[in-house]
Amino acid sequence: MTPRELLARHPFAHGLSEVQLDRLAACARSARFGEGEVIFRDGRPATALYLIVDGRVVLEQHVPARGSLQLENLAAGDLLGLSWLFPGGHWILDARAVEPTETLVLDAECVRTVMREDPVLGLALATHVIHALYQRLERVRLQRLDIYGAGA
Amino acid sequence: MGDPAARPRHTLDLDGFARLLRELVIDGYQLVGPTVRDGAIVHAEIAGIDDLPAGWTARQEAGTYRLERRGDRALFGYAVGPQSWKQQFFVPRLRLFQIRRRAGSLEVEPEPLPATRLALIGARSCDLHAIEIQDRTFLNGPFVDADYAARRRDVFVVAVQCGQAGGTCFCVSMNTGPRSEAGFDLALTELVEPHRFVVEIGSERGRAVLDRVAHAAATAQDVDTADAIVAETARSMGRVMETTRIKELLYANAEHPRWDDVASRCLGCTNCTLACPTCFCGSVEDTSDVAGETAERWRRWDSCFTLDHSYLHGGSVRATLRSRYRQWLTHKLASWIDQFGVSGCVGCGRCITWCPVGIDLTEEVRAIRATSVDEGASA
Amino acid sequence: MTSSMHPEPARVVARHEEAADVVTLTLATSPARALRPGQFNMLYAFGVGEVPLSTSGDPARGDLAVHTIRAVGAVTRALCRARPDDVLGVRGPYGTPWPLEALTGADLLVVAGGLGLAPLRSAVYQALAGRSSYGRIRVLVGARSPADILFRAELEGWQRRHDVDVLVTVDHAEASWQGHVGVVTALLSRLDLGPATAALVCGPEVMMRFTVRELGRRGIADDRMFLAMERNMKCALGFCGHCQLGPSFVCRDGPVIRCDRLGSWLWLKEG
Repeated sequence: MTPRELLARHPFAHGLSEVQLDRLAACARSARFGEGEVIFRDGRPATALYLIVDGRVVLEQHVPARGSLQLENLAAGDLLGLSWLFPGGHWILDARAVEPTETLVLDAECVRTVMREDPVLGLALATHVIHALYQRLERVRLQRLDIYGAGA
Repeated sequence: MGDPAARPRHTLDLDGFARLLRELVIDGYQLVGPTVRDGAIVHAEIAGIDDLPAGWTARQEAGTYRLERRGDRALFGYAVGPQSWKQQFFVPRLRLFQIRRRAGSLEVEPEPLPATRLALIGARSCDLHAIEIQDRTFLNGPFVDADYAARRRDVFVVAVQCGQAGGTCFCVSMNTGPRSEAGFDLALTELVEPHRFVVEIGSERGRAVLDRVAHAAATAQDVDTADAIVAETARSMGRVMETTRIKELLYANAEHPRWDDVASRCLGCTNCTLACPTCFCGSVEDTSDVAGETAERWRRWDSCFTLDHSYLHGGSVRATLRSRYRQWLTHKLASWIDQFGVSGCVGCGRCITWCPVGIDLTEEVRAIRATSVDEGASA
Repeated sequence: MTSSMHPEPARVVARHEEAADVVTLTLATSPARALRPGQFNMLYAFGVGEVPLSTSGDPARGDLAVHTIRAVGAVTRALCRARPDDVLGVRGPYGTPWPLEALTGADLLVVAGGLGLAPLRSAVYQALAGRSSYGRIRVLVGARSPADILFRAELEGWQRRHDVDVLVTVDHAEASWQGHVGVVTALLSRLDLGPATAALVCGPEVMMRFTVRELGRRGIADDRMFLAMERNMKCALGFCGHCQLGPSFVCRDGPVIRCDRLGSWLWLKEG
């Protein structure tokens, strides 16, 4: 399938019109990552966002003397990467493919330009991002509660 | 026994009442009744009429109880004191069994069931309702508490129709008095000048005992006087509890700011649960001797106001006084209805009198109702 | 069911260490006292005390009582020290079971958090014993870390079956972990949940709330979710008053309570 076809099927593009899809697809290309391959690294410039089409990705943080700690899995349908939202952003975590993973890579500057020039599309995408952020936050909150601690 | 208002009434003079009590003792009952002790009118084992608080009354208000002398020698001229009949049946401390480790096994030595037969002297309507309510907890569920059942068996009840309200009581609001309609063998209304009792018979057993002492048919005038006394009591309640949709009200207002308000006053002292005639919480304690060969299990009274009560996984579910007060009141006035088909409150007023800071549950409910979140519930 | 508080002697026949402070004890009992999945016994450590413990065993073995215990207090620590041939006190069975008989035909969704897998293991045994009575069976397990996953051999055995789906996730893991990382509710978004779904949920109360909320968003009705609740218990007979959750006595109206019957009591902020 072409990037545009994959994009049309992804939740991130849900509700977009054909014209809007065209605009967004212009920023997109396919990218495949093999098992264990690093997608992006903590500290590097965040110049793209990834829409996971298939496979599984882990967000990790390297902690001195403890090694890499796995924090969360993302999989098909998820948005990988949030630090691209603002120019000059940098990744704060490592992302690694746990299984062979197919993604759509969208250039961050291209997406930000599209959002600026087409406010309607911009709002729709921003809403999707907020929704993904919200879901992520809810999960992270629950994770942080360490509910399986003593007595659980 | 037919329509209460139409029951034939009898009169018993003071001497006759003294004899009645003696007859109960002859029949093997242990008399338990009001007596003055430690600055209050409490329930204790009594030998006879001389132990009753003749000429005493108590002035009660929120956080206040003062014994005072009456101008007459009435035996029952007061409202309920700190104790109900709860401790006669649901006893404060009870050994459940002893257990021994022997030959690779455990041997339980059960406790013998109590055999005392009690005669309750001077039981008030609110307290008789409370006994029936506690029966629902310990006798009418899927399990039966054997010790409670044994103590409840064969109890003789001499009820007293209240001659005055107590300042904090509100049985009229809760539909639990002041007149006892059932649950007694004999019910007395005390008249003075001359000192006598108008007696209602509540059972065949009551009739049989009454027949053994000298008594007369009550005059129409005495019956009217007795009824008027009880009617006057009903008119002079110290408190009112609005019970309309009270369950819905409390269920809907779990986050009402009044809970914070009452929590700032409540000390968590558990007096209310100790005094309350329907509270049934108990805790279980397992002990062992030093050698680890013989162990015991005890049951003792507990209170939902303690921090321990809701202990779970290293902490208490109800860690704040706010949540504990809310639990107690919501249970007493709302959840109880879902659990037992009746309110847990009989309007005896004890929790108001015996609260050291004078928290008044009728006032708390009124405050919640005034600014309830649920318009339907506050109707 | 006896109204008695008296424990009966029960010999420990097996002891298995599941994790750092978690032990499974198998006790010899009698079929008359057999526990259905979801029910519990009161287990007595001589001279120390009693605690309620759900069955984590196979209900088909009515002669054995199996309990998975985490050492968090005096009684559970004493129980976790028990060895084969030791004699403990047992009374039961108490409580409401998982309503598996009423859920025939349903797609069972088992969601277990931490030690919550123990009472649910018993339910899965029963469901698998009558496999053809149910639609899909999916088991979601959440644990703190890989070392805290209970019954790993069992889970791997179920994973190998074609008629059960097992998904395990941990809150955090080192690099060597190959499985899912994240909260158990995140696994729910990966599943398609049809109208035949019935959920059996057990775990820390916070986890159960998040799970109920997520399942609700996915269209599962309150009367199709069953939660195993937990409260302080002293008597297990409905007398002592400690285990009340709203108007429910967890010892006798629970521990398994249908979500619509729990209603707003599940969300009440105590504290």
